[in-house]
Amino acid sequence: MTLESQLPALQIVLPLFGALLCALLRSGSLAWLVALVVSLAMPVISALLLMQVQDGGFISYELGGWAPPWGIEYRIDVVGAYLVMLVSVIGALIMPYARASVAKEIDADKQAWFYTMYLLCLAGLLGIAITGDAFNIFVFMEISSLSTYVLIALGKDRRALLSAYQYLIMGTIGATFYVIGVGLLYAATGTLNLVELTARIAEIGPTRPVLAALAFLVVGISLKLALFPLHVWLPNAYTYSPSVVSAFLAATATKVAVYLYLRFLFSVFGVTVVFEGLPVPEIMLVLSIAAMFGASIVAVFQDDIKRMLAYSSVGQIGYITLGIGLANKMGLTGGVVHLINHAMMKGALFMAIGAVVYRIGSSKLDDLAGIGRKMPATTIVFALAGLSIIGTPGTVGFVSKWYLALGALDKGWWWLVFLLVASSLISMVYIGRVIEVVWFRPLRHTGPEVRDVPVSMLAPMAILAAATVYFGLDTSLTAGIARRAVDILLAGAP
Amino acid sequence: MKLDLILRITAKLMLPFMLMFAFYVQFHADYGPGGGFQAGIIAAAMVILYGIIFGLPAAQKVVPARLAEFMVPLGVVIFAGVGAIAMLMGGEFLNYSVLLSDSVRGQLIGILLVEIGVLVTVSGTMIAIFYTFAGRGRG
Repeated sequence: MTLESQLPALQIVLPLFGALLCALLRSGSLAWLVALVVSLAMPVISALLLMQVQDGGFISYELGGWAPPWGIEYRIDVVGAYLVMLVSVIGALIMPYARASVAKEIDADKQAWFYTMYLLCLAGLLGIAITGDAFNIFVFMEISSLSTYVLIALGKDRRALLSAYQYLIMGTIGATFYVIGVGLLYAATGTLNLVELTARIAEIGPTRPVLAALAFLVVGISLKLALFPLHVWLPNAYTYSPSVVSAFLAATATKVAVYLYLRFLFSVFGVTVVFEGLPVPEIMLVLSIAAMFGASIVAVFQDDIKRMLAYSSVGQIGYITLGIGLANKMGLTGGVVHLINHAMMKGALFMAIGAVVYRIGSSKLDDLAGIGRKMPATTIVFALAGLSIIGTPGTVGFVSKWYLALGALDKGWWWLVFLLVASSLISMVYIGRVIEVVWFRPLRHTGPEVRDVPVSMLAPMAILAAATVYFGLDTSLTAGIARRAVDILLAGAP
Repeated sequence: MKLDLILRITAKLMLPFMLMFAFYVQFHADYGPGGGFQAGIIAAAMVILYGIIFGLPAAQKVVPARLAEFMVPLGVVIFAGVGAIAMLMGGEFLNYSVLLSDSVRGQLIGILLVEIGVLVTVSGTMIAIFYTFAGRGRG
């Protein structure tokens, strides 16, 4: 086989070997080097994959040489390839940033383990997007989740351990629900291959076991993606984990769960079963709106910025699921494009606050007073990405909300457009609070160590912040991706 | 425990047979129940029994903590390494058929090597977990 045909396996095998190498080396700086090389190779591989599937085709890779539907099939179409691209680009941007931040926040003897776990998590997340086998998805989900628990527990604060435990319980319940759903599907159809599943479910129709499976899968995946009200694990996990982990998870983990949602709801079960026969759109709309308002209002009252951003994430996930609930062309485009956009802006925001933690060791709002004068570049990044969260025209946040509003108008739901604007105003309050404190309050931390962070940390977040503006003005790439993905999803193609 | 002669002698007698049984479960898995996971647990149980009867320092002389921690990724390296070799020899990842010219023998040798990887990781993990728990509160 040529190297080109091995790419789907390499995308996962490479981070796996990288993780093993980190664990064997046991030295923090060498492990970082391995993680950096692997993380930089990932976008190259995913770009090559994307080029192969760009015009609507797919790649099928028979793992172990066993032909589907008996063996595990890696199957990549445009939707999966875009997600792989998103995760690997975020991973590649975070690794240069990670070195200084990890050296500061994690004990020297644990740094190699940190990179091991990070690469395992990366392999798991990429695997979910690449595999075409329902049970294999569960395996990759567990790889990424288990490594995430460890990553969160590595946080400096003692409460990190408790948060990791809390996430472990919730995540395990979610994974169990998922595997029960897959088990029911297997009992009903006799296959685990997603393509086969799609064909069989279309044949047997929405029988009771199939609907029970759908319910289990939706609840399980909702736990993973922190859909309101199943989000309680998220704020603690993002607040107490190391800064690098918060940025990586906020930008990738929930997005991969959204991908699973799209896969199962639109491809496997099909639009007719999910959105016409069942009250799924109504439930989605109610929960999404509750997230957009509930979580955003809670975010306003946080005095820790990481916690505030975590609640804001729950709210922003509401916009993505809102697009799924609308389930028309424009609405879904808005949801999918927000998946990409939110990864950019939350990545930049968490990296910016990680930079502040790197300098002053705190993410409490009061400690940040006046820091804009000492760390101008970092605060500009924060402000740009923050403007994007609000949805200011000219930033990516506006693009997503524009499509969502169009989707709502297609259905004739004027009230939903007003709700979108109203929830944006709430995010303006919590982002504005931070901006006010960092620029207009008297300086609190005056030591010489309080200055802008090194280029290795500054460049990745500056790239992300610049991307939020660039893709807010030139939407052809991101919205184009979303449109193509939506065409495939709404056509119900596996 | 040092003075309990019966326990010490019985344990000493049992240890070699435990390891033997572990290897039996490992290599007999083609024909009967068993495999790397079970064999790894049994092999680790031997070290754990030794540790319980003769004390943690004695067990750590036989299997140092660093070795146990080294075994955890090493087994996965063996497992994934077989897959990578299959890739280098022109097959898919983990396609054992290409390992030898005869695909049936290739499958046989492939699964054998992979199961050794499982044995190494599982026994290493079990021993490392035992050391961690047994060593708690001893500084």
